[in-house]
Amino acid sequence: METLTKTVGAESKMTQTMTGAEAVIQSLLAEDVDTVFGYPGGAIMPIYDALFDYQHFINHVLVRHEQGATHAAQGFARVSGKVGVCFATSGPGATNLITGLADAMIDSNPLVCITGQVASHLLGTDAFQETDVLGVSMAVTKWNCQVTKAEDIPGAIAKAFYIARSGRPGPVLIDITKDAQFGQLEFSYEPCEMIRSYVPRQKLDMERAKEAAELINSAKKPFLLVGQGVILAQAEQEVLNLVEKADIPFAWTLMGLSAMPTDHELNMGMLGMHGNYAPNLKTNECDVLIAVGMRFDDRVTGDVSKYAKQAKVIHIEIDPAEIDKIIPADVPLVADAKEAVCALNELVLPNKHTDWINSFRETAAIEVEKVITQDLFPQKEGMTMGEVVRNVSQKLNGDGVLVTDVGQHQMAASRYFQFNKTRSNVTSGGLGTMGFALPAALGAKLGCPEREVVAVIGDGGFQMTLQELATIFQTNAAVKILILNNNFLGMVRQWQQLFFEKRYSFTEMVNPDFVKISEAYRIPALKVERRENLDEGINAMLESEGPFLLEVIVEKEDNVFPMVPTGASVSDIRLE
Amino acid sequence: MIRKYTISIFTENFFGLLNRITIIFTRRRINIESLTVSESEVKGVHRYTLVIKSEEEKVKKLVKQIEKLVDVLKAFYYINEETVFQEIALYKVSTHALKEGRNFERLIRDHHARMLTVESEFVVIEKTGHKEETQELLRATTAFWGA
Repeated sequence: METLTKTVGAESKMTQTMTGAEAVIQSLLAEDVDTVFGYPGGAIMPIYDALFDYQHFINHVLVRHEQGATHAAQGFARVSGKVGVCFATSGPGATNLITGLADAMIDSNPLVCITGQVASHLLGTDAFQETDVLGVSMAVTKWNCQVTKAEDIPGAIAKAFYIARSGRPGPVLIDITKDAQFGQLEFSYEPCEMIRSYVPRQKLDMERAKEAAELINSAKKPFLLVGQGVILAQAEQEVLNLVEKADIPFAWTLMGLSAMPTDHELNMGMLGMHGNYAPNLKTNECDVLIAVGMRFDDRVTGDVSKYAKQAKVIHIEIDPAEIDKIIPADVPLVADAKEAVCALNELVLPNKHTDWINSFRETAAIEVEKVITQDLFPQKEGMTMGEVVRNVSQKLNGDGVLVTDVGQHQMAASRYFQFNKTRSNVTSGGLGTMGFALPAALGAKLGCPEREVVAVIGDGGFQMTLQELATIFQTNAAVKILILNNNFLGMVRQWQQLFFEKRYSFTEMVNPDFVKISEAYRIPALKVERRENLDEGINAMLESEGPFLLEVIVEKEDNVFPMVPTGASVSDIRLE
Repeated sequence: MIRKYTISIFTENFFGLLNRITIIFTRRRINIESLTVSESEVKGVHRYTLVIKSEEEKVKKLVKQIEKLVDVLKAFYYINEETVFQEIALYKVSTHALKEGRNFERLIRDHHARMLTVESEFVVIEKTGHKEETQELLRATTAFWGA
């Protein structure tokens, strides 16, 4: 299939008369697109008609809701590094993309969404299924445009792919009117390599890099933060070289998870609200803080007025708008993470920070005693989310892809799942979109079919997009679905318990029979209610050839700790 | 310190860009005091001039967000002391004012205004200058409104 795609792509270099709809497909082939997530409808029918002739070159996945298409495309993009592509029709089809676009925007996922639009002479007339998609999607796209002429289609798509994948990646939407799809053009495809007004990456300022290296060389307590920018820039090895050479402990953000091996000796765990104890506390003890490809989200910083005040901050970031946005940088390095860290590697000197690193281990031991032991080896009858996740992770030897939804299970999974390979963590970080995981896991599985993909989902989030079980069945994507069911909207309940005097306002869920639902979608399923059956349940899930759903009943009112309460300093992280 | 800032943006002439720029302000609850868009001295490059009241820290971040837009070439911000600006004001006055003879003529002379058009019902005079000056003339013309 790969070679066939290339052939078609090559043919497209010659001029050829065709419809706008066919030009959409030819343009996608020229961009090496082999998978599209979408849903047909009136205004995009010409494109779907053209797609009919290209089924052997493009695998179109018929989702059951357009939101599912965006999340699947995100999952696909996150594991593969390619651009995720979605099709949707005008009006409701397009508005259903908005949540996914917003999610992709805040988490920097490269997407190209193509929406059909009513014919251009009907624009602004409140025609059937007409929505101002350009206006509606503007705040949640990196770029968008409307095409009303067939001959503008190849150029718009070329620009869309270039913008989506370059610099800080993001979602792009192209709205194509029906008459443009029907119209004729002389097709030729030129990939976009430059836009006059757009600077996707700036050249590294070497003087600044020298300043940063001097700070690192003179640091007694350096601490490095790994964000998703490390993964996007493919700078994983360079960052490892840096931390190993200068002996710098590091921690990752939720979006930076899996960039390095979990068990690397300098890996101190996860930052943020439900991150690990040591990296949060040590943020306010280090003397040089090196942030690589991250944006100091409020879930990472807590109270910014009490965040790393004692430290000199080196901020390596491709997006200039992130510099000084939240945390002022003493040395900003506006550059691609790989370029910046490569330069630093030449300039930093080998070093040892044994005492400083040991102090992390001492702090970590407190968390092990007060939190982790109870999570992983509970003495009580009910199962914890932590023990279930760790069991799955161990059986996968750190080679699995973890897809999580949003809530307590997301934090438990992020804390206890272990990674050996980069691009193994798919989650909704910035937006916190419930319902993300099931479609994202489908996309992730299609993006890396050779790897085991496990979607860990809560009972609440699962019910937001469970119709995608049908897509999973239809594509026979071997997604392993693990529902951690506490019959509560657990994270909200935890907040109600801690900050709203246990007034459990509308968080308890009366749930359906998830096993029956799964079986109705013809996906084998199993429910585990007792610890002694957990092993065999997980084995059944992982040994299943195709998709499988495992529901595990966990303790109803467990909390996720440690926790930095909203508005508190990272130093005030609570263990209980 | 809250004060007036003039933001100058140079852009491609791209469909919908005005909307993309203004939502950056809306999202941060910053009111736009004035906004002008036109082609700049460079053909194909458009210039947006916006005036807002805000603090420098916020304006700095705002300008970065504007520059981040794909179709924006460059954005700058200035305080009043760094800009040369003047307003143009048009005043519509009843033609009866002309019957006041010297008084009205004197007003136009004193304020360095000029007559643009004389219609049977009204006359239009033009004045350029700083806001205080155009406001001053507005006050001075009140005597001729109802005539």
